[in-house]
Amino acid sequence: MEDIESLKTEMLAAVSKAEDLKSWDEARVALLGKKGRITELMKGMGALPVEQKIEMGKRLNVLKSEVEEALNVRRAELAEKELNEKLSRETVDVTLPVRPENQGRIHPVSKIYEEVVAIFGEMGFEVAEGPDIEDQFHNFNALNMPANHPARQMQDTFYIPNKNSDDFDDSYVVRTHTSPVQIRTMERQRPPIRVVAPGRTYRSDYDATHTPMFHQVEGLVIDKNITMAHLKGCLYDFVKAFFELDDIPVRYRPSYFPFTEPSAEMDIGCLKTKDELKIGAGTDWLEILGCGMVHPNVLRAGGIDPEEYQGFAFGMGIDRLAMLKYGIPDLRTFFESDVRWLKHYGFMPLDFSSMTGGLSNNGGSAR
Amino acid sequence: MKFSISWLKEHLETDAGVDEIAETLTKIGLEVEEVFNPAGQLGGFVTAKVERLEMHPDSDHLHVLKVNNGKETLQVVCGAPNCHEGMIGVFAPVGTLIPAFNEVIKVGKIRGVESFGMMCSEKELGIGEDHSGIIELPADTPVGVPAAQVLNVDPVIEISITPNRAECLGVRGIARDLAAAGLGKLKKLKILKKNGSFASPIKVKVEDYEACPVYVGRYIRGVNNKAETPKWMKDRLAAIGLRSISPLVDVTNYINYDLARPLHVFDADKLKGNITIRMARPGEKFVSLEDKEYALDDKSLGICDDEGIQCLGGIMGGAEKGCSADTVNVFVECALFNPVVIARTGRKFQIDSDSRYRYERWVDPKSNVLGSDYAVQLITEICGGEVSDMEMDGKEDYQPKVAYLRPERMKSFVGIDVSKDKIVEILNHLGFVTSEENGKIKAVSPTWRGDIDCEQDLIEEVVRMVGLDTIPAETLPHGKFPKQVLTPAQQRVVTVKHELANRGMLETVTWSFTDSKTAKDFRRSEEAILLYNPITAELDEMRPSILPNLLIAVKNNIARGYPNLALFEAGPEFYGRNPGEQYTAAGGVRCGMTSAKSWIGEVRPYDVFDAKADALAAIAAANGPWENAQVTTDAPAYYHPGRSGALRLGKNVMAYFGEIHPAVLKKFGIKQRVVAFEVNLDNIPLPRVSHDKARKKLELSPFQPVDKDLAFVVEKNVPAVNIIAAAKNADRKHITDVRVFDVYEGENLPEGKKSVAIALIFQPSEATFTDKEIETLMKKVEVEVGKKTGAVLR
Repeated sequence: MEDIESLKTEMLAAVSKAEDLKSWDEARVALLGKKGRITELMKGMGALPVEQKIEMGKRLNVLKSEVEEALNVRRAELAEKELNEKLSRETVDVTLPVRPENQGRIHPVSKIYEEVVAIFGEMGFEVAEGPDIEDQFHNFNALNMPANHPARQMQDTFYIPNKNSDDFDDSYVVRTHTSPVQIRTMERQRPPIRVVAPGRTYRSDYDATHTPMFHQVEGLVIDKNITMAHLKGCLYDFVKAFFELDDIPVRYRPSYFPFTEPSAEMDIGCLKTKDELKIGAGTDWLEILGCGMVHPNVLRAGGIDPEEYQGFAFGMGIDRLAMLKYGIPDLRTFFESDVRWLKHYGFMPLDFSSMTGGLSNNGGSAR
Repeated sequence: MKFSISWLKEHLETDAGVDEIAETLTKIGLEVEEVFNPAGQLGGFVTAKVERLEMHPDSDHLHVLKVNNGKETLQVVCGAPNCHEGMIGVFAPVGTLIPAFNEVIKVGKIRGVESFGMMCSEKELGIGEDHSGIIELPADTPVGVPAAQVLNVDPVIEISITPNRAECLGVRGIARDLAAAGLGKLKKLKILKKNGSFASPIKVKVEDYEACPVYVGRYIRGVNNKAETPKWMKDRLAAIGLRSISPLVDVTNYINYDLARPLHVFDADKLKGNITIRMARPGEKFVSLEDKEYALDDKSLGICDDEGIQCLGGIMGGAEKGCSADTVNVFVECALFNPVVIARTGRKFQIDSDSRYRYERWVDPKSNVLGSDYAVQLITEICGGEVSDMEMDGKEDYQPKVAYLRPERMKSFVGIDVSKDKIVEILNHLGFVTSEENGKIKAVSPTWRGDIDCEQDLIEEVVRMVGLDTIPAETLPHGKFPKQVLTPAQQRVVTVKHELANRGMLETVTWSFTDSKTAKDFRRSEEAILLYNPITAELDEMRPSILPNLLIAVKNNIARGYPNLALFEAGPEFYGRNPGEQYTAAGGVRCGMTSAKSWIGEVRPYDVFDAKADALAAIAAANGPWENAQVTTDAPAYYHPGRSGALRLGKNVMAYFGEIHPAVLKKFGIKQRVVAFEVNLDNIPLPRVSHDKARKKLELSPFQPVDKDLAFVVEKNVPAVNIIAAAKNADRKHITDVRVFDVYEGENLPEGKKSVAIALIFQPSEATFTDKEIETLMKKVEVEVGKKTGAVLR
């Protein structure tokens, strides 16, 4: 019986000596194959007396299963070793950069458009539009600016000749403000009205702070009981939401626009230093928008009875809002298409603005 | 509009300081732009006494002074002629900033003599115009005290005046507003009526009372225009930036800014015959005092003598008949002109003047006689002379405007309660005459206010006096629940932008204008939409396409050293001059390489298929039928004729794409290839509004699809899309995908032929395909493609 014990030792040693799957298979055949040693031993039992045969059979079966188990373990070890060797050969330098991809940007003007729409949308406004080339009725007359009104000169107007008329008053204009959308909205829709109208506007002015094209957003609210107190509430809610501040000092100054009465300009509190502008704190004031109660002549021009309905309107510069919120120093650079500027001041393609998900910084970081 | 505090106090009795005045002005709608307080820059300057004066050893005009500044006695070299021993003046010690030069005083050596500071003139301190000598203070002035304490400095405030507040273009109007706001009391005007001692030798005749309702003239003989304008007047004019010219000019300027009352003074000896106020004859010449000649039209108003138009009424005087230093006899004009006539003429001939500015806004129609009296009074005080009787044509019979205010409207319109008494008090302070009519306040406007037409105008007057800050802020009540903030057409512009940005393109915004020279190739119709008054020649046309502006951007970026570009813009393109003849488009350009050099991945030049992919992606983002788009090869001529196409839906062109024609690029100065696309978003049909948002049920086949490839040889000019379409058509039920995976021309193929290899996907529906079924399908494809395109299997 010593024989079997030493046999087992010898066999297990043979199994563990296998260094790869090939020598492992040779070992398996040598032990368990048709002519393997264990198979031979089992065949040789036939000559033994019955009692010994039973005893020997038991022992050889135990030996066989032990060897089988050892072979399985060894095979798993060898397979893992081989895989590891393969993986090791496949190693790459993962510090190398990835395949080039180009990441685009959204222009600040589009970004502010989306932010403004998100905020006013939350207050129940819809978005209205109007054409860039306007007739003088919609751009001026209907807004309480008859011909020769001095306010027409506040806005250096671009004109486009009207082929059907030699009269200068019939020539078209490239709209000087988004206010004509007020009239177009009233022509289209009965009160209650709650719209904002963002868009391109044009004035013949080109210097450090003026470009011949810029962007405005107009607001119009008409209903039966809308007062100037609502105007103040609405715009206060807007500036807080827009600048993403819990509170912001505001002040209103009486002003003049032909299409509103009373008219006002709204300032927000800020701190101006040589290199920085901090919104929402400090002792300085920054003009941000013009507003007022819609002039009865404007309501009449839009076919609305000013004794029945009243409301407010406001207008502000989209580019200016972008400059203030995102610290962009020069208006002229907005329209220069300099790729360095577009990359730097532009926004991530997935930076969507909403009141549910937040107005800014939702698009991930730049790559 | 600028004014000094001393000028304001001529009209306003007040103890308020500059800061309080400035704050109040802004609060009542006269927005302060700048407060210039010279006292603020007088830090360092002290009073000092000249104790000894000796001539400079090396100069015949310089003096060497011993100056006592209260602490010590210093040696100072001074060149002022009025300098004398014992005088007390203003001393700038070493280290003081001199406002006039914006320089700091240092220890100096003037012709060998050391100087430890400077004795200053008014001009050097920035508090006046006088530079004839150094300031001499009264003899009892204490020595060594800060100069700001003893100098009579006059702060200046600049405010912006809105077009409705013409009366505040005169200091008196501003004073009245401040008084109404509770900042003091408005003083009475002190204008004396002077009776004439002779009849004016020049008569006045108004031919058009519509254009000139009233004209008042006074003849003054024997004036001395070489007299000195009084210092107080000079100082006030200087404070607002007007140089003293001569007493006659200074007086007209002064009254213009004091009462917002324009005047004109003729040299009476230069006038021939009488004055006639009439419309100009077409083409009639007028030479302005700026020596510019105008050919007038019959809507311009002239003030004429026998030799023609000598003054463009209410706008500008003429060159010929104005006053000079030698003027002895004058004719003073104080008249009322129709704002519409003034505005039209001023705009047409582009003449700006202080006078036009006031007349086209509002000049008090009852200030003609008053203004004339004021002018006569000031002129004779300064220049002497003998005054004629008043020569007048027309009437000062203006009827003031009337408006009504219901006191309860304060609450229902602006949201604050203001008592009837308070309203009346405010209006009265502003010059309105009020009375009560059926519970309403009837307010008759003062004649200096031409802007009060309706109840809202009166409400504004009350609101700005009680202060906008008294109105509470009320959150807008929630109205009806909004359906959708952006319409589907508006929303898809947003989606398209984000899609293109997500494809690696930078969004830009360029002018709606473009350069007609380069835009010519891009016009959709014969006619250019040109501006009447472009700001520059390069921005003279409403853009027919976004592309020319993007090409300019390409050129500029290449010039900056950035040749690999992907830019897009979404915005308007114009096809007609009438309002609304525009559509919303998204255009983009790519040029250079797809990226900078890289160790991995494909870096290649952009080609037409990048532009086509952009166009398809934009159409898809706009919810358009991109899969059904027909591709045709008829893009406009500014594209490469062999590398461009259109994406259509029947007649409707949704997009063009392609390489830009090299001849067009040459005009922009671009030397590398550029691919571009333009998607007309208005030509992409909006998806039908469907109330059923549920999707079609997903049917999944339990049987595996089969991949098969086929290669065809076909005529070179056969479009690949025809092969794809024919293959799909061979069995629409079972062929679910057809892709071109190889296109080959050249060796091993007959001349004029190409090979197109397609990958097909066969999807069984009832049972797994047998080999025979697959063979049948392949045969079907072969036959159908062959029939439609003439292709044979390779």
